[in-house]
Amino acid sequence: MPFVQIFNKELAPNKAQALRFALWIGMATIVMFFAAITSAYLVRKPAGNWYEFKLPIQFFYSTIIIFSSSLFLELCYRSLKGKNESKYKLYLLLAFLTGIGFVISQIFAFKNMVNQGLFIDLNVSVSFIFVIAGMHILHILGGLIAYLISITIAFTTLFKIDELRILKFDLLRQYWHFIGILWIYLLVFLILQ
Amino acid sequence: MSSVHHQEQDQLIEKYGYDDHFHEHHEGDKFQFNFLTKYIFSMDHKIIARQFLFTGIFWAIIGSAMSIIFRLQLGFPDASIAWLKPLLGKWIVLNDAGVGTLEPEFYYALVTMHGTIIVFFVLTAGLSGTFSNFLIPLQIGARDMASPFLNMLSYWFFFLSSVVMFYSLFLSTGPFSGGWTAYPPLSALPQASIGSGAGMTLWLVSLALFVVSVLLGGMNYITTVLNLRTKGMSLWRMPLTIWAFLVTAIIGLLSFPVLFSGFLLLIFDRSMGTSFYLSDIFVNGMALDRIGGSPILYQHIFWFLGHPEVYIIILPAMGIVSEVLSVHARKPIFGYRAMVYSILAIAFLSFIVWAHHMFMSGVNPFLSNFFVVFTLIIAVPSAVKVFNWISTLYGGNIRLNTPMLFCIGFISMFISGGLTGIFLGNSAIDIQQHDTYFVVAHFHIVMGVAAFFGMFAGVYNWFPKMFGRYMNDTLGKIHFWVTLIGAYAIFGPMHFLGMAGVPRRYYLFDKFDAFSGFDTMNKFITIAAIISFFAQIVFVINFFWSMYKGKRVTSQNPYGSNSLEWTTPIDAGHGNWPGKIPTVQRWSYDYGKDGIEFTQQHVPLREGETPSDH
Repeated sequence: MPFVQIFNKELAPNKAQALRFALWIGMATIVMFFAAITSAYLVRKPAGNWYEFKLPIQFFYSTIIIFSSSLFLELCYRSLKGKNESKYKLYLLLAFLTGIGFVISQIFAFKNMVNQGLFIDLNVSVSFIFVIAGMHILHILGGLIAYLISITIAFTTLFKIDELRILKFDLLRQYWHFIGILWIYLLVFLILQ
Repeated sequence: MSSVHHQEQDQLIEKYGYDDHFHEHHEGDKFQFNFLTKYIFSMDHKIIARQFLFTGIFWAIIGSAMSIIFRLQLGFPDASIAWLKPLLGKWIVLNDAGVGTLEPEFYYALVTMHGTIIVFFVLTAGLSGTFSNFLIPLQIGARDMASPFLNMLSYWFFFLSSVVMFYSLFLSTGPFSGGWTAYPPLSALPQASIGSGAGMTLWLVSLALFVVSVLLGGMNYITTVLNLRTKGMSLWRMPLTIWAFLVTAIIGLLSFPVLFSGFLLLIFDRSMGTSFYLSDIFVNGMALDRIGGSPILYQHIFWFLGHPEVYIIILPAMGIVSEVLSVHARKPIFGYRAMVYSILAIAFLSFIVWAHHMFMSGVNPFLSNFFVVFTLIIAVPSAVKVFNWISTLYGGNIRLNTPMLFCIGFISMFISGGLTGIFLGNSAIDIQQHDTYFVVAHFHIVMGVAAFFGMFAGVYNWFPKMFGRYMNDTLGKIHFWVTLIGAYAIFGPMHFLGMAGVPRRYYLFDKFDAFSGFDTMNKFITIAAIISFFAQIVFVINFFWSMYKGKRVTSQNPYGSNSLEWTTPIDAGHGNWPGKIPTVQRWSYDYGKDGIEFTQQHVPLREGETPSDH
């Protein structure tokens, strides 16, 4: 674990582990970003002039989709570690496609809102939904780019498994689970509010 | 001066160092084929540090030149500045008699840009970017940053951000002019002022890019410090510079995303018609249909970054001062652990005091009490640091060279500016002092001049490591004394202006009888500012002249310093150490221990010696 390196100075530095640590710090900044936006939401809401409406049903579909995507990715990771090439490729593609499915379901959610007349400039409550979900999609898109890199590696290079390859794949895995959980947090937050 | 001869030093590294096989597969060297990859799109932290420094110097010249122009307006409002017309063009208006005056709109733009440039581009990117990049790998014994590629991106995002901001200076409507804090509605409504249109759009784009740069850099600094320290370099053996850079990066990573979220909502207000920050606004007598927002919300979000930001600026300076002070006083830093704990305490407190910038913005006075208390508590760790610096000097074998002078100047500035902070931290006193020149004087001394002094101390001290030559000490001393006296001459009188209630950001005071008695004082301040500006030109000349013509460095460790950067070759290549990486056997402040002037960190404990870091 990367934490070992921080406190045990008998070990020589391990650059591969440092990358995982860097990812965690990156995730911390994302947490701070969404914490700020949701705090702004909390501060703004009691001030009144707040339009109440129901969240689009597609948000719940996308939750199921992102959950299954994480599941496929986990299976993919196990297959990679178990050196099962065909399953690894299959699950990787499934995880990627469900990831795209998430984006599509979110676009339908936005369409649904617009069809109900919930435009971004109608009320601050609506604006917040667009900003929060929109920024989350941007982070999903970042993950999808990482998928593309992963898929390119999976289908163009020899299936040779070493620790570095597992670690690099683990970066994608951790990030993807992270933004999945982030979505669930955001949804629960919006429901409770 | 070095008592350990080069060869002896290299032998120590060879004997005790560890081999990471760096030079066997040349992983880093493949990036350095030609001029473009070596000096422009470099991934070497030492080059990237210099890129940050050069860009910082460029912006410092522009930012301070702007202050001279608006100081001319404040000190000599009736004098003709037609001679600036070739530079400023239509922003200077000539009357029939040929007397040129500054356009009031452009005065606001100058004030805004001066703040933005100095705070973000010079004292954040120029200071933290330069020294974190340069010193972290060298002082912790690493080949480079954890991700050299992200490190390169960090610089180029800063460069891009600089280009956008620089471009905005030449817009026909001028750059943004609503103050560096960019409060809505001035910043949210393009029709609010001429600078609020394209100028503000570019300002936002530029700062968004800047946030990306800070985050990429900070990620690297934290990861590198925590993961890539050489064998034996425990956290409690790190030089205080590294502690300061580490905590600075952590503060930056926690606060800049929040600023970004605030900017994002502002962007939506500007371009998507939302009303996060807008409510009850009249433009030209017509009510705007944008309702329901709160401009105070922006202030909360902005200052949640804005206050930690001042520590992002001052902590690296404090780290540099602690290190340089100890080296040139030939004494271990007094109260090393107390120094670290006070850095951590300052970092923690910096997140719970932001509303002291908003005492007069309509914040509930009961809420203000909370922020007053925490604000005043910051005085405790700050005082611990000041006492420790003074105690380090006490009884030291002080070398009064330029870096040391700037360190002492830093302490002086930090005390003077810190004391006025106690006034302003009280919400009751703030009723009188807010938005006056008292505030301007306070923050310029405590985080402007002080941070610049820390930066100068760093530049003079590590110039030999950066360029293999010394800067001229005589010119350096001239630079120091003129700047020190000049800074007090500028900002000292401003306290009196502020106590009399003279408001900041005003273009002209001729309509106010109450402020008419300050003409002479304003003239004095302007003259002092001009003289200080020329002292900075001396620095710039000294800097570039010394790069090519300065006295060459002939020994690996010219100051007799303990930290690891002085174990590298004079002209260290990529990977920093030609062979093995030194391992660390002791902390970095063994000065004068057991009667030995200094013992470098990679030197093993002598027989019977007890380590000092326990």
